[in-house]
Amino acid sequence: MTRKQRRAVLIGTSLAVLALAVGLVLMALRDSIVFFYTPSEVAEKHLDAGQRFRLGGLVESGSLKRGEGTTVSFLVTDKRATLPVTYTGVLPDLFREGQGVVAEGMLSADGVFHADSVLAKHDEKYMPPEVAKKLKEQGVWRGDAQAGTPQGASRVN
Amino acid sequence: MIAETGHYALILALAVAIVQTVLPLWGTRTRDPQLTAIAVPAAQVQFLLIAVSFAALMTAYVTSDFSLENVWANSHSAKPLIYKIAGVWGNHEGSMVLWVLILALFGAAVATFGSNLPDELQANVLAVQGSIAAAFLLFIVTTSNPFIRLDPAPLDGQGLNPVLQDPALAFHPPFLYTGYVGFSMAFSFAVAALIDGRIDAAWARWVRPWTLAAWMCLTLGIAMGSWWAYYELGWGGFWFWDPVENASFMPWLAGTALLHSALVMEKRDALKVWTILLAIITFSLSLMGTFLVRSGVLTSVHAFAVDPARGIFILAIMGTFIGGALTLFAIRAPLLAQGGLFAPISREGSLVVNNLLLTTACAAVFVGTLYPLALESLTGEKISVGPPFFNFTFVPLIVPLLVAVPFGPMLAWKRGDLVAAWQRLTAAAALSLLAMVLVLGFQQRGPWLAPFGIGLGIWLIFGALSEIAFRVKLFDGSLGEAWRRLGKLPRSAYGTALAHAGLGIVMIGIVATTAWRSESILALKPKGTTEIAGYQVTFEGVAPREGPNYRERVGVFQVMRGGEEVTTLEPSKREYTVERSSTTEAGIHASWRGDLYAVLGDQLKDGAYSVRLYFNPLVRFIWLGAVVMFIGGALSLSDRRLRIGAPKRAKALGQNLAAAK
Repeated sequence: MTRKQRRAVLIGTSLAVLALAVGLVLMALRDSIVFFYTPSEVAEKHLDAGQRFRLGGLVESGSLKRGEGTTVSFLVTDKRATLPVTYTGVLPDLFREGQGVVAEGMLSADGVFHADSVLAKHDEKYMPPEVAKKLKEQGVWRGDAQAGTPQGASRVN
Repeated sequence: MIAETGHYALILALAVAIVQTVLPLWGTRTRDPQLTAIAVPAAQVQFLLIAVSFAALMTAYVTSDFSLENVWANSHSAKPLIYKIAGVWGNHEGSMVLWVLILALFGAAVATFGSNLPDELQANVLAVQGSIAAAFLLFIVTTSNPFIRLDPAPLDGQGLNPVLQDPALAFHPPFLYTGYVGFSMAFSFAVAALIDGRIDAAWARWVRPWTLAAWMCLTLGIAMGSWWAYYELGWGGFWFWDPVENASFMPWLAGTALLHSALVMEKRDALKVWTILLAIITFSLSLMGTFLVRSGVLTSVHAFAVDPARGIFILAIMGTFIGGALTLFAIRAPLLAQGGLFAPISREGSLVVNNLLLTTACAAVFVGTLYPLALESLTGEKISVGPPFFNFTFVPLIVPLLVAVPFGPMLAWKRGDLVAAWQRLTAAAALSLLAMVLVLGFQQRGPWLAPFGIGLGIWLIFGALSEIAFRVKLFDGSLGEAWRRLGKLPRSAYGTALAHAGLGIVMIGIVATTAWRSESILALKPKGTTEIAGYQVTFEGVAPREGPNYRERVGVFQVMRGGEEVTTLEPSKREYTVERSSTTEAGIHASWRGDLYAVLGDQLKDGAYSVRLYFNPLVRFIWLGAVVMFIGGALSLSDRRLRIGAPKRAKALGQNLAAAK
C-alpha cells in the first residue's frame, strides 16, 4: 500500500466512526432526553399522558398521604398550579413537606403524575437548582437566607 | 499565627510560581543558562511553600480552630479525627489547596528526578507547570481563601455534610486529583515541545510514566467514587451517568487514549501531532471537570459553594490555557516532522483504532454532559440527559473497542498478521463462546444481550492471558522453558495484560449487576419475612443506637439461606445532630455471588417500615477490576525501561527548530 492509500484507509475509518457517533448522538438526543417542567407549565402545555418528564416544585405542606404498602401520594406546587403525584418506593432522606422536590415519571389519563423516581437531595440547604431558578423567576421563593458568617462575627483578612 | 503562616506561604507560592513561569521561559528564549536554571529550585520551593500552607490548614482543622471561617463552616469539635483531617478537602477552598499541592508535587518531582531531561525542555516544562500553578494560586488567594479569620471566633463549627463523613471520602479526592492534575504533566510536556518546536520518541518516553501515574490514580479515584455512591447514597447503583461522574470519566477516556498513542510515538516515532493534541485535550478535560464541579454549574454533593465569581474565574483560567495551547498547536504542529509508516493492520493500526473509538466515545459523553447546559443557556429550556442517552451512544462505540483489545498486543509493529493473531486467540475465543452458551442456557431472565457481555468480559481476560502465554511460548516448548521465560518477561508486559484483564473483570461486574439484579421494595412489619434471590430475610425490628456525632435507628434483618443462618444486616437511618441532617446507611452482605443490600425506609402508618432490598450479582467485580487495572499500571510503571536509561534525543536535534525560526 502506498502512503496515500494508507492515509485514505485511516481517514475513511475515522470518518465512518465519526458518522456513526454523530448518528447515534442525534438519535439519542431525539429519543432519550427528559424535559423539566413546573406544575403551571404542565397545565399550560397540556402534556399528553404517557410522556416522560421531570416535575419540580415544592411539596405542599400537609399533602403527604401514605397509601397501601409503600405507595405515597403528595401534591407538588409552584404556588400557581398544583399537581397530584403518586410514588411507590422509599422516599429520599430529606424529602420534607414544604421543601423542593424533583420527580421523574409521566402523567396518567386522570391527571395524576406517576413518579418512578423521586430525586434525593443532598443536604438541608439544598434546593434542586432547576426548582430554585424557576421558582425565583416566578417570584414565589427567594432562596435560602445564606448562612455566610455566624451572627455578630465579621470577616477579617 | 499558624493560619497566618499558611496564608503567607500561599501568597509567597504565588510569587514563586510567577517567577517559575517567566524567568525560565525568558531564559530559554535568550539562551541564558542562568535564567533557565531557576526553574528547578523555583519548582521545589513552590512545592514546599504550598505544603506549608496545606499543613497549616490541616492543623487548623485538627485543632478545631473555629476562628477560621473555612473551619467553622465545615468542621465541628465533635467530629471524629479522621473526618477532621479528610474535612480539609471536603470543601471548596481546602480542596483547591489540595489541587495546587498535587500540581506542585508533580512539578517538584520533574525538577528533582528529571535531571536526565535536556535542560531547556525541563525548564520549559516547569515554566508551563508554574503558569498553571500561578493561575490556580491566584484563584485561591482572590476568591477562595481558606485562611480568612472570623472575629470574634465562634464557639463551635457547623459540621461537615454527613454524606461526606465516610472513610471513602478520605481517599477519593486525593486520588482523583492526582489523576486530574497528573495529566497537567503531559500538557506541560506537550506545550514545552510546541514552544521548542521539536519532538521525538524520547519525548514520549519521558511523558509516558507521568501519564501512566495519573491514569492509575484516576482509575482508582473514579472507582472509589463509584464505591462510595454505591453504599452511601443507598440507591444500590454504581454509576449514574451523572454530570459530575462524567466530568471525571472524560479525562479518563482521553487519558487512556493518550497512554496508548504515547506508546506508538515512543516505539515507532509516529502519531506525534496527534499525541500532542491528545495531551492538550486530556488536561483540558481535567480543567473542564474542575470547572463543572467547582463552579456550581452542576449541583451535586461536590458543589460546595455557588459563587458566580469563582465560576467565571475558573472559566477564564480554562479559556486561557486551552485556547493558548490550541493556538500554539495550530501554529507549531505543521512544523513537527512526520513519523514512521505503518500498515492499517499492525500494532500501530490497532492503537489508532483504540484512540479513534476512545476519543469518539469521549466526545459522545461530552455532548451528553454539556448539551443540557448549552441548551439552557441558549434557550432557557431545561432538560436532563440520563442513562438512556449514554447507553445508546457510549455502549455501541466502546463495545467494538473491547472486542478489538486482545488483538492489539498480538499484532506486530509496522505490519501485523491478523490471521496469526486470531489463531493465538482461538482458545480465548472458544472459552468466551462457551461462557456465552452456558450463560444463555442458565439465564432465566434479563436481556438477551447479557450473555454476550459476559462473553466479552471472558474474552478480555483470556485474551490478556493468551498474550502472556504466547510471549513465553507456553505451548511450543517445555514447561520449564516457559517458566524461565515468564521470569524474563518485562514487567510492562504483565502490566498490559493485567490492565486489559482488569477491564474484562469490570465488564463482567457491570453486565451481571445490570442484567440480573433483583430489587424488591416493600412494607415489612416486625417479624415479617420476605424472599430475595434465594435469601429469606426476616425483619426483627428497629432499635436506637448512639454514634460519635449522630443518633441512628437500626433495622435488624435476619438473613437465612437454605435453612442456615447467613448473617444479620443492620441498615440504619442516621440523624446528625450538629448538621441537622440525616443519612441512610445501607446494610450490605457481600459474598462471591454478589451483594445482598438492604435499606431501611420510613415508618408507615401501621407500624410497618418501607424496606428496599437488592441483590446485586457480582457487583464487586467492578471495583476489583479497577484495582487490577491499578496494579497493572503500577507494574508497568515499575518497569526499569521506563525508569532508567532514559534515551538520548534523536540525532536530528535542532533541525525542526531551525526550520521554525
